[in-house]
Amino acid sequence: MALNINGNSFDLPNDPRTSLLDFIRREAGLTGSKKGCDHGQCGACTVIVNGERINSCLTLAVMHDGCSVTTIEGLGTLAEPSALQKAFVDHDGYQCGYCTPGQICSATAMLDEIKAGMPSDATDDITAAPTLTDEEIRERMSGNLCRCGAYPNIVAAIREVAGEAT
Amino acid sequence: MSAHLIQDEPDTRNVLDRTTQGIIGKPLSRPDGLLKVTGTATYASEYDIEGCLEGVLVTAPFAKGEVTSIDDSSVTGMPGVVAVLNDKRMTPRAIQGTAGEAPHTGLCKVDYWGQPIALVVAETFEQARDAAKHLEIEFNSEDAIFDPAACTPEPDDDPTRQGDLGKAMSDAEHSVDLKFTTESHASAAMEPHAAIAQWDGDTLTVHASLQMLNYNISELADAMKLDESKVRLVARYVGGGFGSKLGVSQDIVAASVATMQLGRPVRVVMSRQQVFQNVMRRSETSQRLRLAVDHHGKLTAFGHEALVSNLPEEDFAEPVLQSSHFLYAGKNRLLQSETARIHRMTAGSVRAPGEAVGMPVLEAAMGELAEKAGIDPVQLRLDNIPTKHPATGKPFGSHKLAECLQRGAEAFGWDGSDRTPRQRREGEWWIGTGMASAARVHNVGEAKARVTLHDDGTAKVETDMTDIGTGTYTILGQIAGEMLGLSQSDVLTELGDTRFPRGPGSGGSWGAASAGSAVFVACEALREEIAQKIGQPVDALTFKDGLVSWDDGSVILADIANGENFTKEGHFEPGDIAEDYTASGFGAFFAEVAVNRWTGETRVRRMTGAFGFGRVLNAKTARSQCLGGMVWCIGSALTESLMFDPTDGHLVNPDLAEYHVPVNRDVPDLDVLLVEERDAVASPIQAKGIGELGMCGGAGAIANAIYNACGARLYVFPMTPDKVLAAMPVD
Repeated sequence: MALNINGNSFDLPNDPRTSLLDFIRREAGLTGSKKGCDHGQCGACTVIVNGERINSCLTLAVMHDGCSVTTIEGLGTLAEPSALQKAFVDHDGYQCGYCTPGQICSATAMLDEIKAGMPSDATDDITAAPTLTDEEIRERMSGNLCRCGAYPNIVAAIREVAGEAT
Repeated sequence: MSAHLIQDEPDTRNVLDRTTQGIIGKPLSRPDGLLKVTGTATYASEYDIEGCLEGVLVTAPFAKGEVTSIDDSSVTGMPGVVAVLNDKRMTPRAIQGTAGEAPHTGLCKVDYWGQPIALVVAETFEQARDAAKHLEIEFNSEDAIFDPAACTPEPDDDPTRQGDLGKAMSDAEHSVDLKFTTESHASAAMEPHAAIAQWDGDTLTVHASLQMLNYNISELADAMKLDESKVRLVARYVGGGFGSKLGVSQDIVAASVATMQLGRPVRVVMSRQQVFQNVMRRSETSQRLRLAVDHHGKLTAFGHEALVSNLPEEDFAEPVLQSSHFLYAGKNRLLQSETARIHRMTAGSVRAPGEAVGMPVLEAAMGELAEKAGIDPVQLRLDNIPTKHPATGKPFGSHKLAECLQRGAEAFGWDGSDRTPRQRREGEWWIGTGMASAARVHNVGEAKARVTLHDDGTAKVETDMTDIGTGTYTILGQIAGEMLGLSQSDVLTELGDTRFPRGPGSGGSWGAASAGSAVFVACEALREEIAQKIGQPVDALTFKDGLVSWDDGSVILADIANGENFTKEGHFEPGDIAEDYTASGFGAFFAEVAVNRWTGETRVRRMTGAFGFGRVLNAKTARSQCLGGMVWCIGSALTESLMFDPTDGHLVNPDLAEYHVPVNRDVPDLDVLLVEERDAVASPIQAKGIGELGMCGGAGAIANAIYNACGARLYVFPMTPDKVLAAMPVD
C-alpha cells in the first residue's frame, strides 16, 4: 500500500480521513501544493495523478494506492525549472504566488489534453482537433482561481510555451 | 549608523533620474519568482516544526448572544485531542488595520454569526477538525438587526457643506439625482489566514499571514499581555492580503494562547468558510449622487452621500467619499456618510476601501449626466478637473487625470461623438463602450530599512515590510541597486520579520513609497560615507556596475569596503508635506462589453486603463498591480456580492464556489498604460502607490458600457444577468 510522489514511494497514511493534499503537504513534506479552499473550488491544490490534473483536496490519500503523483516540485527545480515555470517568471504570471503551483500543474496537464484532442466549452468543432487559442487557454484554466488577477499574464506565459511546443 | 529624513518639502532633486545603473523602473522579473513557481516559497502554515499541534476554531451558530457553557468533556476523550481553549485573551474579531492594539478580547459574547468561540487542539489536523465538529456548547441568543436600512444610522461628524446644493440643482441646465446600492465584498486572498505559534518560555514567535507586522506586533502583544520585545512575527511570503491581513486575525491569537498554555508549537489555519465568515467584509453601501452642470458643461452641484455599516464598537467606516472630495470641481457641495450598526461580521479594509465602491457609483452618475447634457463623457471629465482641492484649497502634487483620459481614449479608440445606446449588435449580443475616471488617495508612512554593503561588493536590504504579491522584494532591490550601482542579482532583500527595522507594512498602497523611501535614505547615507572615504563630493561620483568613478579616477566598490561591512539604517518620515498638499493617483478606464439580449449576461471584451502614480519603480510589477485592479473591477461590476440571510444574519455564500471572483475566462487581454510622472510631494523617490488605483472606478466604466450596449441603466452593483435582463428595454 504505497503511492509514488515525484519518483519517491510513500506508505499510505493510517488515518483514512487524510486528503491527498494534506498527505502531500504533511507526510511527504512537499508544501508547494497549496490549500486554498479544501473544497475543490480554487484549484490551488492541483497535482498531476497518472498524467491527469486533479484537485488533490477532493480525494483521499488512501484511494491512490499504486498511483503516480507529480507535484510542482516534480516539474522543475530552482536550478532546472520547466519551460512553463520559466515563462511564468518572465511574464509575471503570478503575484502573491499562492495559486501559482496549481496554475502551473494545471497548465502542464492542460497542454497534454490539447495534444490528446480533448475538446472544451471553447472548442467550436468538437469533432476536430482543438487549436490552442487564447479563449481555449482561458476556458481550460478557469478552474484555477487567481485573486491577484494575473490571468492575462498567465495566458501569455502558457501561450509562449505552447507556441514553442508546436 | 542611522539617517533620518523628515519630508517637509517637495523633493524635486529626482535623484533616481541622475543615477546611472539604469535598473530603476525597468521591467525586471521578481527575484522571488523562481521560489514561487517551483513551490519552494514558504507561506505561514508551511514551516516544518517538530511536535506541532493542530488547532481548529469552533464558531458560533448564531449571530448575537452569549455562550453560557462549553462542555470540554464532549471531545477530550476523542483520539488525539489535547485541549479545548476558550480564553479571555482570545480575539473574537479580526483587528482593524493600523489599530496597534487588541480592542476586543474574550469569545463568550457573540456579535456575529460564525464568530470564533473556542479552539480545539489535537495531535493531528483530522483529529482536531473532527473534535471541533463534536464540541457541545450552550448559548443564549438574542434578536439582532442585520439590515442597515432597519436602524437609525450614526451621522457624519465632519460633513462637507459648501454653497447651496439644493438651489444649484434646481437652477441647473442639466442634473441627475440618483440612488445606488453596492453589495458587500470579500478580499478572498488565496492563502487562508494561518499561524504557527511557538512559546519558548520567554519569547513568542509566530509565523503568520499578515500585511503590517509593525502594527501587528503591538496588537498581538496587547492581546497576550506581553512586552513587544517578547514577541516576534515572521511573514516572508503572504498569499495575498487585499486588506484582510492588515490586523491580527483570530487564528493568530488563538494559536498564541494555545502554545503558551500547552508548551508545544500550535498551528491554526482557518478554513475557507471561516475566512469568509469572520475576517473582514467591505461594507455594503447605499449612495445618493446629485450632480448638475451649467450650459458650458461645468459642474455647479456635487452631492455624494453614503450609508455604510459596521458592528457596534468598530471605528472603521468604509470611506466611500474619499476621492469624491477632490476629483471634480463644483461650488455647491455636500458630502456626508452615515454608519449603521448591524450584526454582520466586522467591516474593514478590502482593496481600495472607499474608492472601490464610491468611484464606480460616482462615475456611473457622471455617465448619466453626460448623456443628459449631450456631452462626450470624456470631455465632461476634462472640463471639470479642479486646480486645487475644492474644499481645503490645498494644491495637488502631480495630477495626471487629463493626460490619462486623453491617452486612454486614444489607445482604446474612444469615439464620444454619438453615445446613443443600442447601436451595435453581433448575433445575440449587444456591444457597447463606457469609460470612467480613476482616483485613489496617496498614503505614505514612517518607515525604517537597513542596507548593508558587504565587502564582496554585494548589498543586503532588511525591513519588516511585507511582499503580499505586490513586488516589494523586487522594487526595494531595484532602488538599492540603482543607488549603489549594483545589478539586481547583487542585492539581496529580506522582508517580513519584526527583527528587521520596522515600517508601515503593506496596505493603503503605501508600502512602496514608504519602505522604498527608507531604503533610499539608507543608500543616500551609504553613498555619502563612500564619498567621504574617497575624498570626493558625493555629487561627483558615479555608481555603476560595482564601480565608483569620478572625473579622474575610479575604485571598485568591494575595494572601498576593504574587508568591512558598511551598514546604514534609513528612517523616512512624512512631515508637514502631508498636511500641505492633496496627493492622489489618477487614471482612466475604457471598457467594451457584450450583453446577451436573451440572458442578460455581460462579458467584458476589452478594457484599457491609463494610470499616473508617480515614478514607476518596476514597469512589470506595476503593470501587474494595474491588471489585478482591473480584474477586481470586472468582479465588482458583474459578480461579487456577499449575501446575508435576513432572518439569522448568516453569510449564505461563504466560499469560492458561491462568492464569484473572476475566473480566467472572465478576463480578456487588458491594456495598461503607465503614464510616467514624478510626484515630488508623494515621496523622496517621487513614487505613489499603485496597488489599488487600478480598481478605483473601472466598475463604473463597465456599468456605462452595459447601458451603451443594451440600454439597461442599473443602479446596483454587481450587475448580474437577472438585473441586467430586467432593466433591458424590449426589442
